[in-house]
Amino acid sequence: MSVTARGLAKEFPGPPAVPALSPLDLHIDAGEAVSVVGPSGCGKSTLLRLIAGLEAPTMGELEIGDEPVSIERGRATANLSYVLQDPTLLPWRNVHDNASLPLQLAHWPGSVIAEQASAALDLVGLGSEGRLYPHQLSGGMRMRVSIARALSSRPGLLLMDEPFGALDEISRQALNGELQRLWREQGFTLVFVTHSVQEAVFLGQRVIVLSPRPARMVSEHKVEFAFPRAPELRTSNEFSQLMRQVSKNLHGGTVP
Amino acid sequence: MNILRVAGPPLFIAAFMVLLWHAAVTLSGVQPFLMPGPLNVSSAIVANGATLAHAAGLTAVAAVLGLAASFVAGFLIAVSFSQSPIVERSLYPYAIFLQTVPIVAIAPLIVLWIGHGLPGVVAVSFIISLFPIIANTTAGLTRIDPDLLDLFRLYGASRVQTLLRLRVPHAIPSMLTGLRISCGLSVVGAIVGEFFAGYGTEDYGLGYLIILTNAQTKTPYLFASVLTSTALGLSFFALVSLLSRRALRRWGGANEPARA
Repeated sequence: MSVTARGLAKEFPGPPAVPALSPLDLHIDAGEAVSVVGPSGCGKSTLLRLIAGLEAPTMGELEIGDEPVSIERGRATANLSYVLQDPTLLPWRNVHDNASLPLQLAHWPGSVIAEQASAALDLVGLGSEGRLYPHQLSGGMRMRVSIARALSSRPGLLLMDEPFGALDEISRQALNGELQRLWREQGFTLVFVTHSVQEAVFLGQRVIVLSPRPARMVSEHKVEFAFPRAPELRTSNEFSQLMRQVSKNLHGGTVP
Repeated sequence: MNILRVAGPPLFIAAFMVLLWHAAVTLSGVQPFLMPGPLNVSSAIVANGATLAHAAGLTAVAAVLGLAASFVAGFLIAVSFSQSPIVERSLYPYAIFLQTVPIVAIAPLIVLWIGHGLPGVVAVSFIISLFPIIANTTAGLTRIDPDLLDLFRLYGASRVQTLLRLRVPHAIPSMLTGLRISCGLSVVGAIVGEFFAGYGTEDYGLGYLIILTNAQTKTPYLFASVLTSTALGLSFFALVSLLSRRALRRWGGANEPARA
């Protein structure tokens, strides 16, 4: 599903009113993978929450697929999923039932729920761990369950808000690779918010750099590396060069 | 082995205290009606075992009914609080009133209004054990990670779905904490209720027995009644703790229950 924003802006009512997002024009094609980087607290999450329909914009228009997002209903009708930094699993549900949650809330028939939740767990390599409870899992495994939950409804658009920010470097790189594979296999549109330039460049076909609050688009970088991208790509010269460019724009013209 | 390690030290202290008690009473030569020794009390327990057991049974029934009523009522009140902040803001101060009212002072009134016998006793037990259930359940239903609420909103959950699939399961550890606090109170409430209400001339609970033996200066028997009351409260607490530990196994300590 494509995402189109025209003059999209958000200001949180005060006093004093806090502008979070300056008017933003953005188009993301169906099936595209776009990374968004910006300093902490710049309004990256606000952008995702607007796309998800969790916040109503103060100004501007937003379309997902070909449907305008209705502000009145306060949530997008589109088939989209959202993954946060915190896996937000329900501790009283086992892995399988956590993955089933979106489908249950949408009143899908039980046999379809069981099948699609199992399929989503297979995708993240947890197909045989369905009976475990979240407290029995490592941080990386919990994040996998969170991703499986997001994929169980087979979304056309996946929004991710610094999903791997709390993980150790090894789990993080492993999940970067898996996310890339899932995106290629499943064909969803991916909007990936992060504050890691490396992650942004590795995952995105395009990297969007936002300014400090209120967020404004500073620059856009095409990432031409072919898929599948191997982990070694991160150490290549071209990759470092692109990272340097993105970092430069992220830090307002100075490389740290 | 494990039981011995947990229960051993407190049992040793108990044995030591009983010995100390026996020595103090024997050496000072105090009259049993003022301060009975452990031997006087244990012979009172043996002599009146049937009456004590019967009284404990009646008190236990009243306490269980009072606790069950406060659990159901407290849960419903907490659910209504969680559904409407205005309802919560308007009524919560009166819920605190339940906590602060001196139950011993109003128990005779309650018995006067509701009548002697079981209903009056249950009512006193109900009132005293209601607040911890309301407070803990409300906390569990409302103090929910905003990310989880967003998640439910994102997936289009209705109010009822959010209540049944998120708020209520999230509140279970806090509800059990409330129940642990209230189970001891429900026994206290039943005994206080029985101070003012018997069940009939030959039928009385521990509270009435305490008043009766006190009035007749049957002090060893009074001690036996108080000990039985304590044992009843303790076994209530142990039972509820055991139940909650079993129920919370799958929460795995991920949700720390709220304290009252």
